[in-house]
Amino acid sequence: MSAICDRALRRLVKSQSVKAQIMKQLQLGIAILVVISFAAPASAGELGNVNTRNCTWCHGASAQGYAPAPRLAGQRRQYIENQLWRFIERRRDNPFSKLYMWHAAANVSSQAVRYLADYFSTLHPKAADDGNKQLVAKGRTIFQDGVPSSNIVACAACHGPQAQGIRQIPRLGGLAYSYLRRRLWQWHVGYDRSAGHPMPDVTSRLSAKQIAALASYLSFIKE
Amino acid sequence: MNLDLRRTETTPRIAARAGRVMRIAGLHLALPLAVAAIAFSTTSQAQAKEPGVRVSKGAFEAKITYCEDCHGISAQGFRGYYAIPRLAGQQPQYLRNQLRAFVEHNRPNPIMSNVAHVLRPAMIAAITRYLHRLNPRPYGGGPKRLVAAGRRIFQNGVPQANVAACAACHGPRATGHGEIPRLAGQLYWYVVRELTNWPKERGQNPALPDTSIIMKPVAHSLNRSQIKAVAAYVSYLR
Repeated sequence: MSAICDRALRRLVKSQSVKAQIMKQLQLGIAILVVISFAAPASAGELGNVNTRNCTWCHGASAQGYAPAPRLAGQRRQYIENQLWRFIERRRDNPFSKLYMWHAAANVSSQAVRYLADYFSTLHPKAADDGNKQLVAKGRTIFQDGVPSSNIVACAACHGPQAQGIRQIPRLGGLAYSYLRRRLWQWHVGYDRSAGHPMPDVTSRLSAKQIAALASYLSFIKE
Repeated sequence: MNLDLRRTETTPRIAARAGRVMRIAGLHLALPLAVAAIAFSTTSQAQAKEPGVRVSKGAFEAKITYCEDCHGISAQGFRGYYAIPRLAGQQPQYLRNQLRAFVEHNRPNPIMSNVAHVLRPAMIAAITRYLHRLNPRPYGGGPKRLVAAGRRIFQNGVPQANVAACAACHGPRATGHGEIPRLAGQLYWYVVRELTNWPKERGQNPALPDTSIIMKPVAHSLNRSQIKAVAAYVSYLR
């Protein structure tokens, strides 16, 4: 890695015109590192000895999320476990799950699944605070009351009045705007239909504007 | 009881109608006519308020899917942040009364109040008929070790606490009847919550008293472990 960087820097000094090529090499280097660290079996021999570094590489050192990887800190234990199994068994089929998590979770043992879920669920979550403030009021109305005349349900019935989640139902409060919007939109267009949960149907009647409003509202909710 | 029950649909009203028919017609005609009278009273009620309004297939299916988004994929109930009750197999008259109770704030529930506000009588008639016919497996999840104790309370009541057998009104198989709800397969956590919070969740509008007052002394007389036991028992009934 350092060799690649050295070489890249030297070439940067030589000429600005090769900048694009250097970037490509740097990205390749990072990509190789990512693949190596994912491919290495999660050292899950014993409980408490599971390496969370592979996760924090994308999800952030304190698991607060780093685009496009969502925050894991404070997420519900049972939800994390369920999702890891859905990655391992290749059932969660949205693009980034296929691209990253199917491979990242491939070698995670069932013991490690439990450990990771325990670990991340106990970290303190911070709100992303990155939505559109002007849409917050509209998003709050949809979340708390739904839109009964359009058959849009109130999210709060399952996710809780503060979007805190419970058991297998995820905490949504304070997740990143881009992540929330992307997930809602993916269900809306038909990904992840096999999950046996109502989200594909719930989102099918939401407009793009309503999805942006919900994601904005949720991104500002503190624990 | 000095109650104005005119606002709540009651079984005796339909029975009285059927009784009049029976007196007029001979006994051999009574049963079919009584059935016809009940059917007529239901349909005329749905259409009287909005003549000519019918529910389109698309609107009906969208509304049912909307109900099932929260109440479970076959309306068997769902344990979300709140326990969301089973609607499958429920008595249509009970469902109609509860939808009205949400609108009239006899049951203060902001989510269901909004939901019920936009339902027209023809839609209510269509969805309650449909839900009544559903028969999915119970949601389950209640503590099985309490089932035996719950069965005893359900079938015999708690004589020393002056609690009548639940089966007396809700039926031996807890299927309910008319305005009396079906309890069979109802979510364990929902039954526990309702029986525990009865005086805070039901009959909250003093201007419009409803039949929920009948259950008030029963819910009051049952202790916590008896409530849990009876909830566990009904939650597994098919």
